[in-house]
Amino acid sequence: MGITLDAKIPSGNIADKWDKHKFESKLVNPANRRKFTVLVVGTGLAGASAAATLAEQGYKVKTFCFQDSPRRAHSIAAQGGINAAKNYRNDGDSVYRLFYDTIKGGDYRAREANVHRLAQVSVNIIDQCVAQGVPFAREYGGYLDNRSFGGTQVARTFYAAGQTGQQLLLGAYSALSRQIEQGAIESHTRTEVLDIVVVNGRARGIITRHLITGEVKRHMGDAVLLCTGGYSTVFFLSTNAMGCNVTATWRAHKKGAVFANPCFTQIHPTSIPVHGENQSKLTLMSEGLRNDGRVWVPKAKNDKRRAEDIPEAERDYYLEERYPSFGNLVPRDVASRAAKKVCDEGRGVGSSGQSVYMDFRDSIKRLGKQVITEKYGNLFDMYHKITGENPMEQPMRIYPAPHYTMGGLWVDYNLMSTIPGLFVLGEANFSDHGANRLGASALMQGLADGYFVIPYTLANYFGATTLEKVDTQNPAFGDAENTVKERLNRILSVKGNRTVDSFHKELGRAMWDNCGMSRNAEGLTKTIEHISKLRDEFWNTVRVPGDANYVNPELEKAGRVADFLEFSELMCRDALSRNESCGGHFREEYQTEDNEARRDDENYCYVAGWEFNGVGKEPTLHKEQLVFDNVKLTQRSYK
Amino acid sequence: MSASTISVTLKIWRQKNPQDKGHFETYPITVSTDASFLEMIDQLNGDLIVQGKDPVAFDHDCREGICGMCGAMVNGYAHAHEKATTLCQTHMRSFKNGEEIVIEPWRASAFPIIKDLMVDRSSFDKIIQSGGYISVSTGSAPDANATPISKIAADHAFASAACIGCGACVAACPNASAMLFVSAKISHLAHLPQGRVEGKKRAAAMIDRMDELGFGNCTNHRECEAACPKEIKLENIALMNREFLTAEFA
Ligand SMILES: Cc1cc2nc3c(=O)[nH]c(=O)nc-3n(C[C@H](O)[C@H](O)[C@H](O)COP(=O)(O)OP(=O)(O)OC[C@H]3O[C@@H](n4cnc5c(N)ncnc54)[C@H](O)[C@@H]3O)c2cc1C
Ligand code: SF4
Ligand code: FES
Repeated sequence: MGITLDAKIPSGNIADKWDKHKFESKLVNPANRRKFTVLVVGTGLAGASAAATLAEQGYKVKTFCFQDSPRRAHSIAAQGGINAAKNYRNDGDSVYRLFYDTIKGGDYRAREANVHRLAQVSVNIIDQCVAQGVPFAREYGGYLDNRSFGGTQVARTFYAAGQTGQQLLLGAYSALSRQIEQGAIESHTRTEVLDIVVVNGRARGIITRHLITGEVKRHMGDAVLLCTGGYSTVFFLSTNAMGCNVTATWRAHKKGAVFANPCFTQIHPTSIPVHGENQSKLTLMSEGLRNDGRVWVPKAKNDKRRAEDIPEAERDYYLEERYPSFGNLVPRDVASRAAKKVCDEGRGVGSSGQSVYMDFRDSIKRLGKQVITEKYGNLFDMYHKITGENPMEQPMRIYPAPHYTMGGLWVDYNLMSTIPGLFVLGEANFSDHGANRLGASALMQGLADGYFVIPYTLANYFGATTLEKVDTQNPAFGDAENTVKERLNRILSVKGNRTVDSFHKELGRAMWDNCGMSRNAEGLTKTIEHISKLRDEFWNTVRVPGDANYVNPELEKAGRVADFLEFSELMCRDALSRNESCGGHFREEYQTEDNEARRDDENYCYVAGWEFNGVGKEPTLHKEQLVFDNVKLTQRSYK
Repeated sequence: MSASTISVTLKIWRQKNPQDKGHFETYPITVSTDASFLEMIDQLNGDLIVQGKDPVAFDHDCREGICGMCGAMVNGYAHAHEKATTLCQTHMRSFKNGEEIVIEPWRASAFPIIKDLMVDRSSFDKIIQSGGYISVSTGSAPDANATPISKIAADHAFASAACIGCGACVAACPNASAMLFVSAKISHLAHLPQGRVEGKKRAAAMIDRMDELGFGNCTNHRECEAACPKEIKLENIALMNREFLTAEFA
């Protein structure tokens, strides 16, 4: 087909590209902006910041989210912090270093120009948020505090206790609310987007379903921004909220948007482990705990003694052993795989054997209970509430959990997908984190995209394009609406005997086992078959009660799970076709002698962009070759 | 995590839609003590679906106490009996074997019931829209460290900004007042120099909007503070009243 993945990276020196591009971009005259309607799907950090900013500039904006308020997007749950190259600490940080760390952390699978722009605008984000009243942590002198986070050697992370995401989102939500009050934004809550409307090759609208009234509706726009977050819930159990989904991006993919690197998922090393069959989600324990918690398992297999009865000599502090220079602070992908390895060896702890200890005993001895309480009191309480165990008295038990998805819809430098007029922001796009995301950089990216990138690139699109007049009577709207309604009816008409959750759990388990922390060709091939069978079974035996005319959470879930049952196959195919290990993608066949990831830059230094050819049909692979002009590719080492 | 089970009797408010009068239904259930309260309802719903019955509708999303989407009255307590804990963070180990558990939606005229335990809290968004922000457009901010803010003020602002907008304060209040919610936002911004600029105007606008939307008055029952999962302090209401009074007579 005629798809070429042209990233449209501006020419020139890396540090000048963005400024040059902004200057060369077309503008839209302030008086003309209200003639353009922008549909913003999602009101997390990416969507809320974009919607507010575009409305301030004079565009007509409509926002959509499935929760009952824009303030509840899953960005609200981010704990640790947000990076910015402010160098307030005078400790050697700079735009270039943040750029460099992010490229290296991503295991050299991200686009240099995008990442450099991200590092550049990071400083403006903090300014903007403080002006909105975001209560970041401060020092006694009144200036902003920073901490170091996620294996970096500078303190560049800004934070608001353990609730950074909440405070940043409330900031963006306040800007959004101000524009709603002024009539510049029309906010649609409890509204799910179920299709994208493409007219003459351009994204010109969406089809929504109201989750209370059940009404299916058409919305016309001059551009559509998908800011719909990540798809970690494909694994069923994850640290994401229950409603997180792939629906909007997947349906855009089916309409022609290329999906990039779907198999690049991040498994976070420190989550509270699974307790049983009825568990619905996993709770993250901030990785800041790794500063003072020592990770270990017994040296012997199946050692059922209580932690305190296991003598020092019989404990294996495996991270400190294997990675003497980074110890417990190795990056997420490395820590997660190491935990899986010791559990696979039969040395995991807890009744399931699927967890490892994170032990604060030595830090409590060294620093005292009070200091530990000041630093981690909140997290200890949260752990205690969930598990009934007190980490002051016995080691915490942790295990890796799906957390973030680096993959997403392919976008060019302007954040535009392969469908003209369809832009993708935040976790929903693939752009900045390569094969592994560094801590505290997703919040940065979401806000960079929304506050500081899209206002320029969208204006350039409007300025450079002659858009024909389109209304919702256009046949493309009718077709899309029919597809949506047919799908809803089809789900309701199965009337089988299996619950939606049971499908989601079975799919999640298969993906976790075979397309999770470690993958191999055999497991992936088997899983592709498994998914295809499960999909058939879903369409023949799923039971969704009620109808589509009023509140029906089972129907919502069923639609999302049906999409996961298609999308998960693409994840497996992507993982299968990437015959190398990089970042969060670990193929067992491609490892070094000491079990570390073995990258293959000669053959796989590309973004894998997939084109849809039909459900269950082989998708077409399009490659965007990655060019590194500034950073030298090396083997990541944390020994 | 000591996996054991308890058997309890659930009495759950079932209401098809706003027009329906609603009634309680009783469901016996045996559940793991490690399950969260919402996982217990998931389990019940799974059984109801297989039996061809209508599952219980309830709002939820993050299931870690931060999005503010969940909430119900449990045995008369908003978000159940545990202090400073949302419903999604409440676990079944805090209930006794054989116990009867009564589950009802938030009840307040400004939060109409949608179905079963789901209510419409869009009035909270409308209150924020009336002025719960600093009027700054993107791009016009000075350097973040240009204005030092004392750690004490910043910590106070943060403590009030921690409100998750769940509505438990309204549900717990005999007058269904939204004072705690409104005062939390006013106080968050009033503690910061950049928020002071519009302080009085904001307080007046938000209180007017709250009244318009049919929330009740505060007559000092203090139930809101006890119910709040984020321990938002009642002092905020006093601060808000000060802002409001000076706004009225300024
Ligand atoms: C527990 C946790 C902790 C984290 N901690 C950190 C951290 O410390 N630092 C950091 O940088 N990152 C962190 N992250 C990652 C970061 O929070 C997310 O990547 C980021 O917030 C995503 O923002 P977003 O705007 O792209 O999407 P989201 O905030 O997920 O918003 C998605 C929006 O899309 C809407 N939506 C989705 N689908 C549809 C649909 N079909 N129709 C209509 N609307 C739809 C939703 O309603 C919502 O409004 C954390 C993530 C988790 C899960
Ligand atoms: S003040 Fe407390 S109870 Fe009220 S909405 Fe905020 S968090 Fe909920
Ligand atoms: S579900 Fe988010 S606070 Fe309970």
